[in-house]
Amino acid sequence: MNVFDITDLNLWYGKFQALQNINMSASEAEITALIGPSGCGKSTLLKTLNRMNDLVPGCRVTGSVCLSGMDIYGNLNVNDLRKRVGMVFQKPNPFPMSVYDNIAFGPRTHGVKSRYALDEAVENSLKAAAIWDEVKDRLRKSALGLSGGQQQRLCIARALAVKPEVLLLDEPTSALDPISTGKIEELLLELKNDYSIIIVTHNMQQATRISDQTAFFLLGEMIEYDSTEKIFSMPQDKRTEDYVTGRFG
Amino acid sequence: MKRISPSETFMAAITWAAALLTAGALLYIIGFILWRGVPYITPSLFAPVYNSINVSLLPALVSTVMMAVLSLSFALPLGIGAAVYLAEYARRGNRAVRLIRLAAETLAGIPSIVYGLFGMLFFVVWLGWDFSLLAGSCTLAIMILPLLLRSGEEALLSVPDSYREGSFALGAGKLRTVFRIVLPAAIPGVLAGVVLAVGRIAGETAALIYTAGTVAQIPPDVFASARTLSVHMYALSREGLHTNEGYATAVVLLLVVIGINVIAARIAGKIGGAHERV
Ligand SMILES: Nc1ncnc2c1ncn2[C@@H]1O[C@H](COP(=O)(O)OP(=O)(O)OP(=O)(O)O)[C@@H](O)[C@H]1O
Ligand SMILES: [Mg+2]
Repeated sequence: MNVFDITDLNLWYGKFQALQNINMSASEAEITALIGPSGCGKSTLLKTLNRMNDLVPGCRVTGSVCLSGMDIYGNLNVNDLRKRVGMVFQKPNPFPMSVYDNIAFGPRTHGVKSRYALDEAVENSLKAAAIWDEVKDRLRKSALGLSGGQQQRLCIARALAVKPEVLLLDEPTSALDPISTGKIEELLLELKNDYSIIIVTHNMQQATRISDQTAFFLLGEMIEYDSTEKIFSMPQDKRTEDYVTGRFG
Repeated sequence: MKRISPSETFMAAITWAAALLTAGALLYIIGFILWRGVPYITPSLFAPVYNSINVSLLPALVSTVMMAVLSLSFALPLGIGAAVYLAEYARRGNRAVRLIRLAAETLAGIPSIVYGLFGMLFFVVWLGWDFSLLAGSCTLAIMILPLLLRSGEEALLSVPDSYREGSFALGAGKLRTVFRIVLPAAIPGVLAGVVLAVGRIAGETAALIYTAGTVAQIPPDVFASARTLSVHMYALSREGLHTNEGYATAVVLLLVVIGINVIAARIAGKIGGAHERV
């Protein structure tokens, strides 16, 4: 099953076309990596998947993006879409409130009120994000007091708390040290059993370590999309080969 | 090896002197008021009723608090509401936004006596509220509105966009994002504006004499005249009969203003505590 089917997707920021004719799909329960040089449109593509681009004035999209067969640019409610498609950002962005309230914000947004259900959601999400043991004694303390790596796992837990189907991650480890990065990679491998994951990464090793499929982008175009193994061992396109072997910017 | 040129020494000396003068002037004023006022702070100054023999400041003190609370309760919702509109809803560079900003800036530059005249004509005469707590606080509310709007807008704009993105990405709508994430994060900045506003209210005389009047009583209701501490001081020193009590009143006013600042800083620290990395 595909979670996402992207067909003839074009995207403009004003007059500038940032994505050109993208056709690809992402499978359920897999990790799909988006790679490519800076400015090639990876983040832009990721943001079309939960319509965060709606927030950018002058952004225009054509083509279709289907989530489990339903066009997300059709008459799907955007808040429902974002509940189903969670997102984790490059820079950890916990809210300036307690650890507990950070996690509970999502469930509360979607109508969970009972104390018991919230407690449970908080505990389960923090456990799923492998950070429960580190924060269980400081749930009432500010989330901004956590380390960068902990903050990022908190953000993953926060995204998981609304029970999404898909997790989008935009270079989630680029601001972190190697140990935190390792923890998050491990975590993502765990999570892929229950969630479909699409991750943007600049780190070639990271893509090979964790992803099943890899898409290579250049200047707003998708050059090649195949299993990670193939992309890194026998790429079909010369430009992909240049990029993954490091002969490219 | 570091050579200090004469011009550098000269500039350093000048800036140092400027700093010294500024601090000195402030210390001198405070010292002078304390020196003249403290000996005359007596229990009788805090008698519940004012009369021409015992010029009690208690009614004025209570009136000041009432005036501040009332003015803020009118101006704060309006100012923050407008700030939320400008910072969160209006498109940048939109006509209406520019108009509102221009209006706010113009309002901020008007001398307070003009507010007093307007308040008198509109609230006191036209609406027939007479000299009253209500007329005075409405006038002051208009006067502090630009300040609250400005500080509120700045506080909202300084909230990082990553908070908004994080909230939207969880499926929260605009309303929830603004009121549950952005506004709470902006509270310390908003409170800074409130402190300034309270300072202006406590220090205002011109706008109040013609709107709230000068009756030295604890106002029984909002339609009664009342004088704040500043107006009280103005009255005492104009009459010239109770100069010493005037200084004592100044000491109390000073303490009130300092107290408000400390309290606000505390609150801001408590709420804003979540912002700093502990
Ligand atoms: N809000 C925006 N308005 C206008 N142009 C934008 C906007 N966001 C991105 N762009 C442009 O779109 C192109 C793709 O940007 P995008 O952020 O998707 O790249 P990226 O592949 O994620 O790069 P990086 O690896 O540096 O994060 C870039 O040329 C960028 O300048
Ligand atoms: Mg990017």
